[in-house]
Amino acid sequence: MAYLELNNIHKTYGQGDHATEVLSNINLSIEEGEFVAIVGFTGSGKTTLVNLINGLLEPTKGEVLFKGTPVVGTSHERGVIFQNYSLLPWLTVGQNVFMAIKEAFPKKSKKELNEIVAEYVEMVSLTPAINKRPKELSGGMRQRVAVARALAMKPEMIIMDEPLGALDALTRGNLQDEILNIWGKDRRTALLITNDVDEGIYMADRIIPLRPGPNATLGPEFKIDIDRPRDKTEMNDNANYKKTRNAIIEYLMDIGDERKSQSKEEFVLPDLNPKDFVNQFK
Amino acid sequence: MKQSLTLNKVTKFVGLGFLGTLKDLFTGKLEKEDFKTVLRKTIVPIASIFLFIGLWHMGAKTLYNIEADYKINKALKEQGQAAADATAACIASGDISCQPNSLPSPAQVWESYKSLLRDHSIISADKAAFKEKTAALNEKRIAEGKIPIVYTGRPSFVDQIFRSLKTVFAGFLLALLIAVPLGIFIGLSPTLKSSFNWFIQIFKPVSPVVWYLLVFMIVKTLLIDSSEDSSFTISFISVGLCSMWATLVNTAMGVSSVDKDYINVAKVLKLGSAQKIFKVVLPSSLPLIFTGLKITLSVAWMVLIAIELLAQSPGLGLFVWEEFQNGANDSNSKIIVAMFVIGIIGFLLDRLMLTIQNAVSFDKTDAI
Repeated sequence: MAYLELNNIHKTYGQGDHATEVLSNINLSIEEGEFVAIVGFTGSGKTTLVNLINGLLEPTKGEVLFKGTPVVGTSHERGVIFQNYSLLPWLTVGQNVFMAIKEAFPKKSKKELNEIVAEYVEMVSLTPAINKRPKELSGGMRQRVAVARALAMKPEMIIMDEPLGALDALTRGNLQDEILNIWGKDRRTALLITNDVDEGIYMADRIIPLRPGPNATLGPEFKIDIDRPRDKTEMNDNANYKKTRNAIIEYLMDIGDERKSQSKEEFVLPDLNPKDFVNQFK
Repeated sequence: MKQSLTLNKVTKFVGLGFLGTLKDLFTGKLEKEDFKTVLRKTIVPIASIFLFIGLWHMGAKTLYNIEADYKINKALKEQGQAAADATAACIASGDISCQPNSLPSPAQVWESYKSLLRDHSIISADKAAFKEKTAALNEKRIAEGKIPIVYTGRPSFVDQIFRSLKTVFAGFLLALLIAVPLGIFIGLSPTLKSSFNWFIQIFKPVSPVVWYLLVFMIVKTLLIDSSEDSSFTISFISVGLCSMWATLVNTAMGVSSVDKDYINVAKVLKLGSAQKIFKVVLPSSLPLIFTGLKITLSVAWMVLIAIELLAQSPGLGLFVWEEFQNGANDSNSKIIVAMFVIGIIGFLLDRLMLTIQNAVSFDKTDAI
């Protein structure tokens, strides 16, 4: 039996005539220790899917099974890293992490909890900034705090909702390596939602495209057979990488075209000819 | 250097930034290019003060002349030329008995201000002497289980200011204790919100006078056996009830509109309800709660005058009313002094709240 299973999930927002089905017929199963990436266009329902898995939302139809039992509400077993960091701005870095683990380990003493905070803040190399507030940190540092907060609860599964979407390309690359490093230590099950195909291929074992909503559903999966640890520069010359990347991008492009051709709107362009500036000034 | 920097920061923090610029001007720290800034930030505000006083002076003079002419004409019509000449001479001589009574000039107001301060020092000295005289007797009375003798003389203007401040803070505290917890409950539960909404909408616009009468009806009955003066109790409760609405509405709004991301975090971390309220909901609605409290304090100070007047509770409101009833020659200028004192204290209270708000709020731009 799979570790996480989504069976025929449908999610509808609104009621009656205003109802829009955002997700339909989603089937997914993730094995323990696997790193799966879901790639999709912006607005295709990725965040809805993530919220169904972490328990913030309930599916309209179908069921989400985590270790064989249906997901009801959130749980410390599933740590979430949000797209927009979602750090509490009135707490310092240390306090943000502390608040999370205090709930996760109610039996531990304050000293033990502080040790865990120090350990995880050190892991994302933010020890010098432990007493700073999120506002004083850069985007990359904030996301590292969010990573530390999610991991310090020692979840059995990490769910990442476009964790690096708001960062610049360089910081993004660094953080990808950092997350992979941390993940590599104990290989917990991980689900990454992203809009970046390269990021998905670099980090995950399996990539599943999400066909854009409304009525979003999962496309065919692509296995990434590249040995870990992966190297970005070497990967560029890897034949396997090129093949997979092209296949995924082609698939996504096809969906995009399909979506365009389905559009019934017609745009009438004005009948204009460009002026011939070159000859005019001769 | 460092000290003046701190001064600049402090003055800017409480919203009196031009004081810092003024200091820089006198210590010669400003460059020529900064002259425009100095002009805009200090010279123009100061000039506007002088302009205001000048206009006031001229206006007061015009009103004084109208009043004087009327008096002379009246004397002429009713009693003939001789009486008119006598009146004119009397007015010109500056004799108190026949001065026209109108808007006082800035100079008169300044005189009254000084006389009020002199009055205060006389009363304070009197009080101190009384205390000294009765000290031994009071000790004996306390030992015998009797009530000590207290000073019952007329309160000075300064005493009345402090009494008013006491009333306003008691009322503000009452408003805070009622409105903040109630606002949190209303904000947290949509059911409570819809059931309390009519209540808030109906009672919010009720005038301070009506609140005073309502509180008077209730407190009078509750304290029916007490021989003590209930005017203070009545006035501070009325002030509190009048002014609490802004805090109530703002707290409820702040609590019910917490950023969804923070709520999601609270859910994902599985925070308990108490943790969720104290660690997530309250800190995030603190800026709005403080905006409400700021409005509450300024409304409290504004309605205080009317309520003190009605409740006959000693304070600035009663001072103004008594001076108006008094009709002495310097009554009008004393009323204007009270007006400025009320305005300046209101401004300072507002700054005080702003300072506290900046200190506790998490989204401060530059903290000291």
